[in-house]
Amino acid sequence: MPPDIAVKGLKDGLLITLSDDPWDDVEAELIDRLGQDDSFFKGARVALQVGSRTLRAAELGRLRDKVSDLEVLLWAVLSESTRTCEAAKALGLATSLSKKTVAPSIQEADLPGEDGHAMLVRQTLRSGRFIEYPGHVVVLGDINPGAEVVAQGNVIVWGRLNGVVHAGADGDSSAVVCALDLAPTQLRIDNLITRSPRRSRSSNPELACIREGQIVAERWAPKGKRRRKFN
Amino acid sequence: MGATVVTITSGKGGVGKTTTVANVAAALAAREQRVVCIDTDIGLRNLDVVLGLENRIVYDLVHVVEGTCRLRQAMIKDKRMPELYLIPAAQTRDKSALSEDDLKQVCDELRSDFDWVLIDSPAGIEGGFRNALAPADKVVIVTNPEVSAVRDADRIIGLVEAEEKGPAMLILNRVRADMVKRGDMLDTDDVLDILAVTLLGIIPEDEAVLVGSNRGVPVALNGKSSVGQAYRDVAGRLQGEDVPFPNLDRGWLSRLSELVPWMD
Repeated sequence: MPPDIAVKGLKDGLLITLSDDPWDDVEAELIDRLGQDDSFFKGARVALQVGSRTLRAAELGRLRDKVSDLEVLLWAVLSESTRTCEAAKALGLATSLSKKTVAPSIQEADLPGEDGHAMLVRQTLRSGRFIEYPGHVVVLGDINPGAEVVAQGNVIVWGRLNGVVHAGADGDSSAVVCALDLAPTQLRIDNLITRSPRRSRSSNPELACIREGQIVAERWAPKGKRRRKFN
Repeated sequence: MGATVVTITSGKGGVGKTTTVANVAAALAAREQRVVCIDTDIGLRNLDVVLGLENRIVYDLVHVVEGTCRLRQAMIKDKRMPELYLIPAAQTRDKSALSEDDLKQVCDELRSDFDWVLIDSPAGIEGGFRNALAPADKVVIVTNPEVSAVRDADRIIGLVEAEEKGPAMLILNRVRADMVKRGDMLDTDDVLDILAVTLLGIIPEDEAVLVGSNRGVPVALNGKSSVGQAYRDVAGRLQGEDVPFPNLDRGWLSRLSELVPWMD
């Protein structure tokens, strides 16, 4: 039996949901289907729901090329796998649908729970990388100048923060940003924006948060206030 | 063993990609390696000029992929070295005349006859760059010790990693020892600190490079110049040799004091 492919019409294109069969089979079936009835698919904007499978940038790139040969535009790849999402973003593909057209199942998966979902990024984010996540973001590596992270929750950087970070992006003024070396090009929390002052290379771990209507950075001092807060 | 395909790219324009390709190619050829360079900057070709082969072009890369000529017909043999060839770019076409598969095919065809295929990539991160990246076994990023060039290099390194062509190697071009010493220029450590990649070469700023490019005689062929030596060191490192980096940051006095312990 060929792998299952579900096509659904959205306001601004098609949402195609792929089954969990092996990727080569699913890809072949998809290309076959798109090619079969070209009067229907020709010129279509397509978003692909690929489930939780991990796809590399090379695989997605190949698929995009094949699909564009059939005059179909692949503009988004939806996945529960962060690796896949990152690969899609590296290719300049969207990884979420706009809120109006979002399928209910996806919206639920993306909602941060009570304690918040977190995304773990296990690499340095180089210039041009953009990560947007509806929860917390933890980066094991640096955020280089020219890279940007937008999170609805907190952002923790186990490394140098030299790029742009927006925490509490959905209106959470209690969000914090911490980094081993907090020297962002620009830092945003909730709707406040600040630049970091020019300074010599001190690399003390710091935490930025909103105090009295402005963003302040304080040295990470485990014996200070923060410990009391956790008691 | 077939050839190693090395793509030389930068993101930012004007940092010295083409000069680097010409000189590294010449340095490899001088070490009796069989080298072919491919200029993929369709529409803005330069490598032929820097190698001094402009007036010999009959067929170019686009002719090859379109089947107008055979691959061998588009390969221009260098005047000076027996095992250095150039496949020039088309000047009257644009980047869309080439695809990733075209370039992969050309490289695969060359692999059996050469030790090195050097690809001169166009600037930018668009199709032309992606074409140049597609066949690469190794990627060399050229950058200058200035903030904007390093920023673009960082972006390119990220793209190279996303295409799983990494890890990229770095050539730091046009380093001015006097400015570094005064603290007016990023030094090698600053750049490597940001980019976190393997260093393949440090090329000092030198008028001889420009003079060589204008005359079509790569400076790497000049036995005496220090910049020529820097390119020959790159060639050695590409071949897997452990060539130490000369310390550009220090003047002759500090080097002398190293030799003479009581001078301090």
